[in-house]
Amino acid sequence: MTSTIEVEREQTRETHDVERDRPWIVIVWNDPINLMSYVTLVFQKLFGYSKAKATQLMLQVHNEGKAVVSGGTREKAELDVARLHAHGLWATMRQD
Amino acid sequence: MFTPRRGGEIGLKLSRDERALLAGLAAELRAQLEDEPGGDPSLRRLFPPAYDDEDEERAYRELAGDSLLDGRRAALELLADTVDNKRLSAEEADAWLRALNDLRLVLGTRLDVQEDTFASDLRPDDPNAPALAVYGYLSWVQEQLVAALSD
Repeated sequence: MTSTIEVEREQTRETHDVERDRPWIVIVWNDPINLMSYVTLVFQKLFGYSKAKATQLMLQVHNEGKAVVSGGTREKAELDVARLHAHGLWATMRQD
Repeated sequence: MFTPRRGGEIGLKLSRDERALLAGLAAELRAQLEDEPGGDPSLRRLFPPAYDDEDEERAYRELAGDSLLDGRRAALELLADTVDNKRLSAEEADAWLRALNDLRLVLGTRLDVQEDTFASDLRPDDPNAPALAVYGYLSWVQEQLVAALSD
C-alpha cells in the first residue's frame, strides 16, 4: 500500500518532471554594437535559417529589443546559447 | 579588401598600416584575455550570462566558460597570424569575423557606443575621437567581411 505521503511525493515528482520537460527558449537581446548584417549572418550560419527568416529575426531583435531565435530541450538551448555567445551575441535562455 | 573566392575562400588585401593596426589590436585584446577576463567591465561584455538564476549561471560558466574563452583567444591569435595572407580559408574567415566582432564589442563597450553614436561627425575636441575612429574602422572592416561571406 502506498501511504498518502508517498502519493504526494509521487505527484510532486511528476510535477517536477513536467516542469523539467517544458521546452526552453533562446532569446537574443538587442545591443548597440553588433552589426545588423553580422547578426543576420550568424542566425543563418548557426541555425541554417534562410536569409529572409534570419533578417526577419534580426529586425525583431533590433526593433522590439529581443527575439526568440531557437528552442527545445535544455541541452539544445544551452548549446545554442553558447554558440551565440561565441559569436558575441547577447543571448539568454529560459523555460517557456 | 575581402573578395569571395571559390570553395568559401576569401581573398584578402589590406594596406601595411591596416595590417599593423589589426594585428596590434588583436594581440592586445588577446593579452588582456590572458590576464584577467573577469576584471574589466568591457571584457565582461564578451561573456554575457545565459541564465537569470545564479546557480544555473555558475554551472553554465563551469561547463562552457573555458571553451568560450579559448575560442576567443584562438580567433584573435589567428587574425594576428594571418593578417599578411593573400587568402583566408572559410574557417579562417570565420575566425576573423568573430575576432573583429570581439574587438568591436570591447572597444564599443569601453566607449559606451550607442546606436546613434555615428549619426553625427566626430568632434575633433572629443578625447575619445581617435578610439571612436578606430571603432568605426573596425565596423567598416567587419561589414566588408560580412558582405564577402554573404555573397
